[in-house]
Amino acid sequence: MKAQPDSTGCREAPVLKERGQREVFCGLTGIIWLHRKMQDAFFLVVGSRTCAHLLQSAAGVMIFAEPRFGTAVLEEKDLAGLADANEELDREVARLLARRPDIRQLFLVGSCPSEVIKLDLSRAAERLTEIHAPHVRVLNYSGSGIETTFTQGEDACLAAMVPHLPHSDERQLMVAGALPDVVEDQMLKLLADLGVGPVRVLPARRVDGDLSVGPNTVVAVAQPFLGDTLEALERRGARHLPAPFPFGEQGTTAWLAAIAREFGVPEAHFEAVTAAPRARARKAVASASENLRGKTIFFFPDSQLEVPLARFMTTECGMRPLEIGSPFIHKGLVGPDLDMIPAGPIISEGQDVDLQLERCRAQRPDLTVCGLGLANPLEAEGLTTKWAIELVFTPVHFYEQAGDLAGLFSRPVRRKGLLRMEAAE
Amino acid sequence: MKLTVWTYEGPPHVGAMRVATGMKGLHYVLHAPQGDTYADLLFTMIERRNHRPPVTYTTFQARDLGSDTADLFEVACRDAVERFNPEAIIVGASCTAELIQDDPGGIAERMGLDLPVVALELPSYQRKENFGVSETFLQLVRHLARPMERTARVSCNILGPTGLGFRHRDDVEELTGLLHEIGVDVNVIAPMGSSPTDLTRLGAAHFNVMLYPEAAEDACRWMERNLEQPYTRTVPIGVGATRDFIAEVGRLAGIANPRTDESRLRLPWWSASVDSTYLTGKRVFIFGDATHAIAAARIARDEMGFEVVGLGCYNREFARPIRAVAREMGLEALVTDDYLEVERAIEEASPEMILGTQMERHIGKRLGIPCAVISAPVHVQDFPARYSPQGGWEGANVIFDTWIHPLVMGLEEHLLAMFREDFEFHDEAGPSHHGGHAPRPMAPMEPANASHAPAAGEAAEPAATPTAAPAGGEVIWLADAEKELRKIPFFVRGKARRNTEKFAAEKGLSAISIETLYEAKAHYAR
Repeated sequence: MKAQPDSTGCREAPVLKERGQREVFCGLTGIIWLHRKMQDAFFLVVGSRTCAHLLQSAAGVMIFAEPRFGTAVLEEKDLAGLADANEELDREVARLLARRPDIRQLFLVGSCPSEVIKLDLSRAAERLTEIHAPHVRVLNYSGSGIETTFTQGEDACLAAMVPHLPHSDERQLMVAGALPDVVEDQMLKLLADLGVGPVRVLPARRVDGDLSVGPNTVVAVAQPFLGDTLEALERRGARHLPAPFPFGEQGTTAWLAAIAREFGVPEAHFEAVTAAPRARARKAVASASENLRGKTIFFFPDSQLEVPLARFMTTECGMRPLEIGSPFIHKGLVGPDLDMIPAGPIISEGQDVDLQLERCRAQRPDLTVCGLGLANPLEAEGLTTKWAIELVFTPVHFYEQAGDLAGLFSRPVRRKGLLRMEAAE
Repeated sequence: MKLTVWTYEGPPHVGAMRVATGMKGLHYVLHAPQGDTYADLLFTMIERRNHRPPVTYTTFQARDLGSDTADLFEVACRDAVERFNPEAIIVGASCTAELIQDDPGGIAERMGLDLPVVALELPSYQRKENFGVSETFLQLVRHLARPMERTARVSCNILGPTGLGFRHRDDVEELTGLLHEIGVDVNVIAPMGSSPTDLTRLGAAHFNVMLYPEAAEDACRWMERNLEQPYTRTVPIGVGATRDFIAEVGRLAGIANPRTDESRLRLPWWSASVDSTYLTGKRVFIFGDATHAIAAARIARDEMGFEVVGLGCYNREFARPIRAVAREMGLEALVTDDYLEVERAIEEASPEMILGTQMERHIGKRLGIPCAVISAPVHVQDFPARYSPQGGWEGANVIFDTWIHPLVMGLEEHLLAMFREDFEFHDEAGPSHHGGHAPRPMAPMEPANASHAPAAGEAAEPAATPTAAPAGGEVIWLADAEKELRKIPFFVRGKARRNTEKFAAEKGLSAISIETLYEAKAHYAR
């Protein structure tokens, strides 16, 4: 299960870098899942009505009655003087914390407008921490569209937490990346069965968890968009375990194998622990991917999951990628996945959406993975699409979700085959 | 700075998008950072549009700031004109671009483009989505419409429908039919469905139908002054309002005794038939955009026989008309865009039904109050496949059905009262025509106080407090009375509790017994 650099892989393929209109979310969107993951955290966006509207729209209109996120909407008078804006912010935070005593950590999240007017949220966070300590810890990061794309918001959030982690010299594994609870529990069980421990997960579900970092910490990254977080952890002395990402049977096995090697898990024991779930995952993927084999797939940039998912679709579902577009290609993280994808597809970074649409239309892929703004228009042109955001909001990591992951891709293809509206003759 | 959890309206540039997306041959070049493209999904997902909105975003990034964002706009503008070949463009800035002051309007005007360029000034930090709709439409009309010879036959324009509008698609169809029956031609429908070229023909109409004042009142006023076109004031939603509208059209069109085919209007008989007796005096709380809320108030009181116990709107621009209607109903209008304030007002009024937006639907879910949706902000469910207008005769029929659907129906209400501890007809079961769940077992004890500030903030589970502590803190419920209260069906229990407590307070009682409960019931009997 070694991820050997493959001379025919895509790691060294030239990357098509594009700058133009980008049809992507900004980093604020990450709040939608982060606030569910960190159950004592509140995310306060300091921004405009647009930010609030984005969060509401991306969240599918109000599935949470009173969520642990909100927007402090800047008004004309806040733009006039920053001193007043800070005062206003302190007042809103005080009011919020008084109403929500369950909140233990507060994230001030920067937005495009707050960045442009240079509202210094890191100083605001320091000031507010002093006011509200020890009950509440106030941190800040930017989820602005001028600096972050979609999942980079989670990266910025986790990276902001790293400097505040307690120091530890303990030999430990840290898994970085917010995962759905059910997936996280499966992962922890697999690692425990392998005899790897102690295992820490960033982000922890609550602020008073046992998270720490230091020179004897090794980091397995569970989400491919955590470049800044990894750098921050490395600055604290931690060491990265590069591996393909844990999607599908092969990805999960390779990811676990990298950890097992590091922690000296005997090969036989690794086989014993993983054999059954591997077989299950292979079987599930085989049946879910039946109608995908031999078909072509085109990825528009969205969540930075594109490269690992393209790896899964290629090596496990038998699809042929035509283009793999990603907002950013961080080879230190997705390199092992790129190695496993046979050369051929265009690897593109950034976006000029109109040009990319032209490439997509010209190639007529059997399946197009794209954002919500593009999916229906492309369907109306006769293409079959998979909206990418579902891949972020659905449990897809590790063995037991491998079949579900393949199913997310095969469902639109199957559906197209099912619908018949013509007259019977 | 104001903390916002959920917003009723998006930013003003989304309003401009609604105009552009509703139209044909118009393109919007929007100076905006990456991320603002989220707005596309409002149209492609919620409204299920099969085309991308005709919007080009500059999607500038931090590294562009201070160097070449203005150039970026110019390039984006030129590319968009070349690629999409529109008849006209509108240009403007989103909230962030407004701060960097690149003046997209000035840039576009100086580019010497061979097509009309309409520059939009939409102050993002002061105004909201409806203003964006109204202002964009007004600017388009100002740039494109000219006085001209009227059509030979009497005709009107229908003004106000946009992309992402609440039932605009079907209202337009209903109104067009209605006007046809009266004998009035429709000249241009705008913004929805029209092109910039169509807007140049607006002046040919004899008068304007202002379908949605939020979107079209400013344009109607301008056209009245500059094109000498009068416009209708009545929004034809509801039976009475539609009749008023028809009379108004008759006056403007010079048609004496205008008539339409009422054979398909069913609301009046459905409301008069005995099955509807149970609707009598149902206490409803109405909240939405001003146009729909005002229309709903009249329908609720005069055509359904409800009692309106709360009325409000989220668009402050229309505070005056809604306050007038509320005053006439003996109420004080709630004009706010603060969702939590609306929730508090509803909790306070404890109505038997909410007529609101998707936001109030959630409030209703939390408070256990049925809710029907009457207004934007929209949700994918507000774009039904079937014909489903709000205006005109069919609109009245649709409203009748929509409003009674969430309620427990007449006979079932009696069954609930008779067999309140029946395994099937009990409080927790909910209306029987709403599938999706088996009747839940009865809760062992009803929560005493409808306290809806969940500690953790997400679960809508009210805290189950075994002993009753009324809101005032002075009157307490004796155990027997509390038990008796539980026997009252859930959809009137809130009212019974409130009335009893009020009664007890007025009588200076410190405790509520079964006796008090029934005294209060007799006192408030109607």
